[in-house]
Amino acid sequence: MSIFQFISDFFRDSAHWHGQDGIPHRVLEHLGYSFMALGIAAGLALPVGLVTGHTGRGGNALALIATAARALPSYGLLVLMFFWLGIGLTPVMIPLVALAVPPILLTSYEAMRTVDPAPVDAARGMGMGPAAVLFQVELPVALPLILSGLRSAAIQVVSTTAIAATVSLGGLGRFVIDGLYQRNYETVVGGATLIAGLALAMIALFWLVGRVAVSPGVRGGR
Amino acid sequence: MSGPGFFDIPSDLQNSYLGLVGLHVEEALIPVAIGLAVALPLGQLCVRFSWLYPPVLWITTVLYAIPSLAFFIFLIDYTGATRTTVMIPLTVYSLVLLVPAFVDGVRSVPQETLSAAKAMGFGPVQRYLKVQLPIAVPAIIAGLRVAVASSISLVSIGALIGNQGALGNLLQDAILYHRSNLALNSVLTTAVLAVLLDIALVLLRMALTPWMPRSGRAARRAARDAAVEPAGRAALEDASV
Repeated sequence: MSIFQFISDFFRDSAHWHGQDGIPHRVLEHLGYSFMALGIAAGLALPVGLVTGHTGRGGNALALIATAARALPSYGLLVLMFFWLGIGLTPVMIPLVALAVPPILLTSYEAMRTVDPAPVDAARGMGMGPAAVLFQVELPVALPLILSGLRSAAIQVVSTTAIAATVSLGGLGRFVIDGLYQRNYETVVGGATLIAGLALAMIALFWLVGRVAVSPGVRGGR
Repeated sequence: MSGPGFFDIPSDLQNSYLGLVGLHVEEALIPVAIGLAVALPLGQLCVRFSWLYPPVLWITTVLYAIPSLAFFIFLIDYTGATRTTVMIPLTVYSLVLLVPAFVDGVRSVPQETLSAAKAMGFGPVQRYLKVQLPIAVPAIIAGLRVAVASSISLVSIGALIGNQGALGNLLQDAILYHRSNLALNSVLTTAVLAVLLDIALVLLRMALTPWMPRSGRAARRAARDAAVEPAGRAALEDASV
């Protein structure tokens, strides 16, 4: 039986479409964990990255933090936190947040650093105060790069949330982990397809956000 | 009563601690090496034929978004629950990280520099080997740093498809035998490996580019480039077109 046969069998089985272990419920759980981790990471990293980028100080320290965070293996961190903190949401959030912080931190810092100084000077010359310059000039110009950092973080978090199932939580990883345990390849492949689909959906989501949020002038008038 | 020691590996893994470390490094670095070997000619093609770059960039963005666990599982059907199944996706991720790094690096060579090389009588091959490639080294190393770090981290996920995760297998056993020491060992060893390899790459860059400043702007730019791979690059390209 080919892999595509398994995938279509998985999605055609009506038992997979409702209840606690149904696709809709698991997708929502998965997105819930992912966006929670992304929200926490953005809450921590965005202000730090934007402020340090705005003042232009501390870039080396940020690069060091990001390199250190990247060295931590997500799955290992999850199992370790599971031992130390038990079953719950916190042991899952810690590795996911550690995964999402570096791209958000570095891109928001660099985005603010690399804003073209000419429009900023022009805005000051027009009599705009510091707050107006920050929110009406610097942030809109920096937005595409900031969004690309958030997108990298979102793709990685959505992919990695699957391992939450190894420590008894839900999400789409349940299909994969349970399927592997029960040697039910159809469920494994179905779950993997859904996870890959969600990760790809993040590309589409952030493309859409970029179209809506980024000013046409910054986008190059297209 | 004292339990098993920190470096005592359960016998079901049929390997010593150092054996697992060696296996982990092997499973992580062979894919990066293959990725680099393919990325250099592919990147050169993208530089030579610039219309090729945007589609290649989008393909790499999509490939990079495929979660490693899902990628492993799709491959089990073809290559079984083996090391090859773990190493194929890691090769793809490395390739996908290194092509944009290489293209950006080569493109960053200023036109004056190329003209100067031409005026000095350098042919295309000589110019490539002696001017373009050395100037692209910092960008390539920045890409390699991300590729190696993610490769080292992702090998552990191989444990989920049947003990193919080298040091990651310790995590499975930690849960199985209720030995949190094994999990701590796995995390620390993996992190130390990643940091050591990262330092080695930074030293390599310093050795290959003696004309570069030791820190400062170039390093930070490299760090940023490393952070937005490769999806961010597509956005940057979009923004700058």
